[in-house]
Amino acid sequence: MRRIVVVGASLAGLRTAEALRAQGFAGELTLVGDEPHMPYDRPPLSKELRIAPLDVAEDLDARWLIGRRAVGLDIGRRTVALEGGDTAAYDEIGYDGLVIATGTAARQWPGQPLPQGVFTLRGLDDTLALRAELTEGRRLVVVGAGFLGSELAAAARELGLEVTLIEAAEQPLQRAAGSQVGAYVAELHRAAGIALHTGCTVREFRTAPGTDRIGSVTLDDGTSLPADLAVLALGAEPATGWLAGSGLRLGGGVHADAYLRVLRADGVPEPGIVAAGDVVNLPQPLAGGARLALGHWADAVEHAGTAAYSLLNPADPRPHQGIPSFWSDLHGVKFRSVGLPAAADEVRVVELDVASRRVEVTYHFRGRLVGALTARRTGRLAAYRQELAPRVGEFVN
Amino acid sequence: MQITVDMNLCESHGQCVFAAPEIFSFDDEDYLVYEATASDDLLAKAEKAAAVCPVRAIQVHAAAGQGAA
Repeated sequence: MRRIVVVGASLAGLRTAEALRAQGFAGELTLVGDEPHMPYDRPPLSKELRIAPLDVAEDLDARWLIGRRAVGLDIGRRTVALEGGDTAAYDEIGYDGLVIATGTAARQWPGQPLPQGVFTLRGLDDTLALRAELTEGRRLVVVGAGFLGSELAAAARELGLEVTLIEAAEQPLQRAAGSQVGAYVAELHRAAGIALHTGCTVREFRTAPGTDRIGSVTLDDGTSLPADLAVLALGAEPATGWLAGSGLRLGGGVHADAYLRVLRADGVPEPGIVAAGDVVNLPQPLAGGARLALGHWADAVEHAGTAAYSLLNPADPRPHQGIPSFWSDLHGVKFRSVGLPAAADEVRVVELDVASRRVEVTYHFRGRLVGALTARRTGRLAAYRQELAPRVGEFVN
Repeated sequence: MQITVDMNLCESHGQCVFAAPEIFSFDDEDYLVYEATASDDLLAKAEKAAAVCPVRAIQVHAAAGQGAA
């Protein structure tokens, strides 16, 4: 294999590139990134509104095509089409091996064109633009109380803004962590002075009279909330638009097998293509083999070694056997998780205490443990993880 | 091998505890405790722990003659 192209220059792409070198790949290595920035870490963007560059291995010896968006893939000719170049010569690059690591994009507002002052948050530039507007005393409406929306609301409240948080479900974080933890987080939000509206959706963003800038947000029950700015935190969607028509199997991400080999529409792995990070849709043993794209930081890191290995050793691939995990810091509570809480049909609360900030909750599917969530009880996660470990090798074929 | 953790960076994510439980653990308040000196048999696990730390707080130094980590 002479030339490997990594499309996606964020955590998964960078770490896979590093793993390729660490595993002995000495050929030409190219990283393609659509943002005009070298790799940076995403979690601090919403958790701390902070820009944190990622370390790049000094001996990576890669060609960086930064600010170039991949717009197409031809698996027959083994080329990736790029836009945004200075010269026509770069419009198409060939590969012998390809790593798909394009991550996710923020879900956009499906309705009206948005007024000025309404933000989505995914990339570094989004955070810089938003941060400049987050000044004390302003009225911020955050739409969506998943992890991103909850973290952002908490961070903005800390900066002294008047924050309103809107959630369509009955509780924040309900889908990710269940209604008990959701109710707990709702209490944390309210104790911090955030106005939380659950079970409702936004009907309209209205401009301030005589301007093209947001002035209020109208809810579906007709309530009008004055707003100086708003953030949409509606979730993320795998960035697979550039793969449309390529012949690869798509749907909630790019489909891969347990070895992170990318599947064609006929279900057969396409030689020379692997995927890593948030864009991958994998069978999840803990969810009974159901396919999910998770979007967890630790998974991107764990994928890197497996994806690199599968690309370099096609005759002898090793399955990915990582156990998912995520974290979230909200109002001083450090939530830490292993497994797949979102796959549970039953939630068992061991401890969920606001005063002590101690949390220990387990998640089960058909009676079997599938995940756990803790705060100030993180020492106990290792034992839960041990219990899950033997099961992540299931469904490897 | 020698292990150092920058406790100003550590946010108790626990990834190191999962990767190398022989070296890393938590106390009752979720503060990380670790063995500053560990057997070189655990080098691969320690390096995995350093690689998966979300805040890159861990440094691993192999014993003399084993090459730098």
